[in-house]
Amino acid sequence: MNDTLAGILQIVAMVGLLALVYKPLGDYMARIFTTTKHWRVEKALYKLIRVDPDAEQRWTTYATGVLGFSFVGVVLLYLLQRLQAFLPMAFGHGAVTPSVAFNTAISFVTNTNWQSYVPESTLGNTVQMAGLTVQNVVSATVGIAVAIALIRGFVRSSTDRLGNFWVDLTRGVIRLMLPISFVAAIVLIATGVVMSFHSGVTITGVDGMQHTLPLAPAGSQESIKELGTNGGGIFNANSAHPFENPNALSNFIEIFLELVIPVCLTRTFGTMVRSTRQGTVLAAVMGVIWTAFIAVAWFSEAHPNGPAAQAAGAALEGKEVRFGIPSSILFGVSTTGTSTGAVNSLHDSYTGGAGGITILNMLLGEVAPGGTGTGLYGILVIAIIGVFLAGLMVGRTPEYLGKKLGRVQVTAASISILTMPALVLIGAGLAIALPSTLGALGNSGEHGFSEVLYAYASAANNNGSAFGGLTVTSDFFQVTLGLAMLFGRFVPILAVLALAGSLAKQKRVEAGAGTLPTDGTMFGVLVGGTLILVAALTFFPALALGPIAEALS
Amino acid sequence: MTLDLQERPTAAPEAPQAVKAGAFSPRQLLASLPEALRKLDPRTQLRNPVMFVVWVGSVVVTVMAIIQPSVFAWWIAVWLWFTVLFANLAEAVAEGRGKAQAESLRRTKKETVARRLTSSGAEEQVPGTELRIGDLVVVEAGETIPGDGDVVEGIATVDESAITGESAPVIREAGGDRSSVTGGTTVLSDRVVVKIMTKPGESFVDRMIALVEGASRQKTPNEIALTILLAVLTIIFLLAVVAVAPMSTYAGVNQSLIVLTALLVCLIPTTIGALLSAIGIAGMDRLVQRNVLATSGRAVEAAGDIDTLLLDKTGTITFGNRQATALIPVSGVSGAALAVAARLSSLADQTPEGRSIVDLCAREYGLPGEATAAEAVAEFVPFTAQTRMSGVDVDGRSVRKGAASAVQRWTATQSAEIDAIVDEISDGGGTPLVVAEAASAEGAGARLLGVVRLSDVVKPGMAARFAELRAMGIRTVMITGDNPRTARAIAAEAGVDDHLAEATPEDKMALIKKEQEGGRLVAMTGDGTNDAPALAQADVGVAMNTGTAAAKEAGNMVDLDSDPTKLIEIVEIGKQLLITRGALTTFSIANDLAKYFAILPAMFVAIYPALGALNVMHLATPQSAILSAVIFNALIIVALIPLALRGVRYRPTSAANLLRRNLLIYGLGGVIVPFAGIFVIDLLVRLIPGI
Repeated sequence: MNDTLAGILQIVAMVGLLALVYKPLGDYMARIFTTTKHWRVEKALYKLIRVDPDAEQRWTTYATGVLGFSFVGVVLLYLLQRLQAFLPMAFGHGAVTPSVAFNTAISFVTNTNWQSYVPESTLGNTVQMAGLTVQNVVSATVGIAVAIALIRGFVRSSTDRLGNFWVDLTRGVIRLMLPISFVAAIVLIATGVVMSFHSGVTITGVDGMQHTLPLAPAGSQESIKELGTNGGGIFNANSAHPFENPNALSNFIEIFLELVIPVCLTRTFGTMVRSTRQGTVLAAVMGVIWTAFIAVAWFSEAHPNGPAAQAAGAALEGKEVRFGIPSSILFGVSTTGTSTGAVNSLHDSYTGGAGGITILNMLLGEVAPGGTGTGLYGILVIAIIGVFLAGLMVGRTPEYLGKKLGRVQVTAASISILTMPALVLIGAGLAIALPSTLGALGNSGEHGFSEVLYAYASAANNNGSAFGGLTVTSDFFQVTLGLAMLFGRFVPILAVLALAGSLAKQKRVEAGAGTLPTDGTMFGVLVGGTLILVAALTFFPALALGPIAEALS
Repeated sequence: MTLDLQERPTAAPEAPQAVKAGAFSPRQLLASLPEALRKLDPRTQLRNPVMFVVWVGSVVVTVMAIIQPSVFAWWIAVWLWFTVLFANLAEAVAEGRGKAQAESLRRTKKETVARRLTSSGAEEQVPGTELRIGDLVVVEAGETIPGDGDVVEGIATVDESAITGESAPVIREAGGDRSSVTGGTTVLSDRVVVKIMTKPGESFVDRMIALVEGASRQKTPNEIALTILLAVLTIIFLLAVVAVAPMSTYAGVNQSLIVLTALLVCLIPTTIGALLSAIGIAGMDRLVQRNVLATSGRAVEAAGDIDTLLLDKTGTITFGNRQATALIPVSGVSGAALAVAARLSSLADQTPEGRSIVDLCAREYGLPGEATAAEAVAEFVPFTAQTRMSGVDVDGRSVRKGAASAVQRWTATQSAEIDAIVDEISDGGGTPLVVAEAASAEGAGARLLGVVRLSDVVKPGMAARFAELRAMGIRTVMITGDNPRTARAIAAEAGVDDHLAEATPEDKMALIKKEQEGGRLVAMTGDGTNDAPALAQADVGVAMNTGTAAAKEAGNMVDLDSDPTKLIEIVEIGKQLLITRGALTTFSIANDLAKYFAILPAMFVAIYPALGALNVMHLATPQSAILSAVIFNALIIVALIPLALRGVRYRPTSAANLLRRNLLIYGLGGVIVPFAGIFVIDLLVRLIPGI
């Protein structure tokens, strides 16, 4: 079987598998967040943290819960790293330096997993498992909880209650994240992913030298790393490392895990608003963008414009030969389309076109299909803007799912949309203006600029992948990227919860012939068009100076 | 439902309008120029965030052009100022139309001397401006009514043409729903005592003037939301342009402030920003042109959102009066014979019912529509409460028509057949008039000929109109005082979605509240004082100008023509307003794509020659490309002023069809048009020396 056919079969299999689990998983998630029954273990937990699981919260209380929980997460994770010397299974790694510990704490709590450290030489098993893996689970669930709160805003009518954050978080972890990631970990280990509590094995290389090959409990972290669209590798090489991602099968499973929750959440949305077509149309928009981006990136990688790559027939620099172009592109587009940020190839080595696609994918706001929860609320916010812009053209005050879009809704949605471009443009603009940046670039010219643009796009979108090439250890990058992660995560969350609160207060009006239909192809085109147009218009100049210039030359 | 025999307009009269709803002419642009220049004041500009950014940009580029003069800098500076000016012009033209209307209204506000009644009953002369609420004034033929109020004594004909443009006088009388008079109108006959109901300066005319002048114009909810979104887009583009500077410097070329400003102005949504307020003013104006006054722009916007229309049956769905629709002879009598008798009995009967019988006979039996010379001498026997019938005596022949029991008493006969026909007509919601003839006025030898059926006649085209409304997603509910059976029959014929029979004002109120609880917006018309609570409760309440002051106060619109069918037009105007806003916003944003393709290669081609490939329009030079984009951006505002004033064409259809059509025209069109426009402008601009 040739490469191309294998790639196409892989894509078809991926879509098929997602379609297979779409309904059951989506409906299961809807049930998790709508049932009134509590599990015994959950009841015990609520008693422990003194929460009345049946008391619902206003959006402000819900938001306070999100912020408070995340703040505590940052503090705990910071302390764990700083006190590593006293922890078991530290393998001699001492306290993590304050700036790295701070950056890492923010990075994992915001579901970014930007890594400004080398895991093998910095962290022992306890920090990895009790710190990072725990945040991988809960930060992903926080995103889902916010998305569920927004759905409730659409579903509910004349109320100021959005549900209970602690209940949503607990259920999400216990009923969704833990079971799936447990099973996935077993499967991944079966494909050859390493799961070891040893610090490493010592081997003698072909050169006769002694090498220490680090080992890690990779299997358990790998599954939640992908499932929770986190992306922080337990090894520096991330999913390009054979211990994290040994073969084509594990690669396929990991991509599936990245996509499965964000995609199926559209079904959850459709089920909860009692019109599954509403969810399908969003999934279709995500799917079309995902497929189109893979096609463009693949074409670009197969038609490189560098002399070396042309001689090789394809751009293979920075790719694992066990994956080849299709599996690398599939992973690259999926990891930037979700907010995962795991990599199985070096995006820095992509051609201008494919590298540009990975940047653009993030600059769309990561909605194809986006992170766990963040993807859904991201595309819903875009839908609201699209409905507001074009919805007027049917001669009514724009309404989406029976809720009128007025001043409050547009303001909240605008703040949510404005945050990411502001962070990326200000960050990249500032960084490129500094003379010191020139020294940190791995390349000059348009490609060097792409590295900076990528870094801020990745941080502000809580993606966490790195283009590579750029050295980000300076205080300037640590601070500005850290702030980009922080604001990029929590400003939209606050705006989305405020939006949910304002929607829940409204009465829900049934749709009639006069209302804009939001479950058909036309609406899909509208949402996709808004998405592309808004991102294209905002970032066209920046992209022109980076990847577009590179791709055209 | 009482039969309304007075003249009430049943269809929109062709009112001579104070200001022609005329097309937009270039002369208006010229006339509005001074006002547009006045609006260059930054304090005025500050109200519109998008245009304020352009204003600041114009100042910056002008300063740059003075410091480092170049042909390019001056051209850009001039065209940026034109952009601001054109936006002002759009607003000024829209306001100018209102001003003309206000002028003609102001002429009706002449100084009047009121004859106020003192508590002792004596008259005293006071200036009209000193009248207070509750004052009683006497107005006689030839005098101008000094203020808004209700007639409390007497009956008079009043010329209201100053307000409504309708020259036919109307009757105003004490009590009932026809008591309201407006200051500035003239009493033509008789004498009335008017109780003043408004403070000076707050009269109907004052409010109208303020409205059409736009003095009391406030941004409507949707306009505010749109302004926020436009401001956010402006911020995003400001960031994008500001970030370009260091990025470009890194790449090796410093971009001049002039080029960056030009890029910014082209990207921010100037087209919709410039036209937004003109669209709103023009929307109000379109209502005024149809003789409807809205007390707020909010009401016009709400009209577009209406889900349920409550329509009074009489006058709206059916003609105001019942009409003859069938002649049913008894056995042994031919239809023609019955027609001859029925016509004869109605010839001198000037009631609309009587006329309709003559018309029916003329139409269906070919009988003369007017009395012949021989018939003109016939002696008319008018309807009285005692006889309950009317007719004629001519040539020794007596014909009578009237209520079944009365006519049967006159003929001293009973007919089971007649009773059956009468019952059938009554059951169907019609009114039966029995026709009989005799040799003498006393009814000797009389015989029953048959029955004339009078029934409500649904206005032609109503069913189609309601079908259109249904396609638009609007539910129509017919309100009537008729019994449920009659109501059901008429509702079915008219094709309304629902009806409310034997409706009391309380029922109406309950229905509105029920609809609103379901989140639906309700519109209704009303004229009586007992309609006032429902008018106030409805989201769009249109009071008839003939109605009481209380009704006019409670509603948020007043229809000067008192035409209840206008509610449908009002809804269309509301929708048109929102569509125009959405279409121009979409167009404005879609335009940006082409502008990028013009400006970005121009900015960056010196750094990365490969980016020249983006110059798909093959614009001559970087300067000509940027200038062409700026010129297009300014000219498109002027080009769209007529559309903003006229409104996007609206055809009632489903939302899905509307969206598809408008997205295609204004979305796709918005992407394509500027490519062509900038290309053409560049062909001229490249001829400018130094560009």
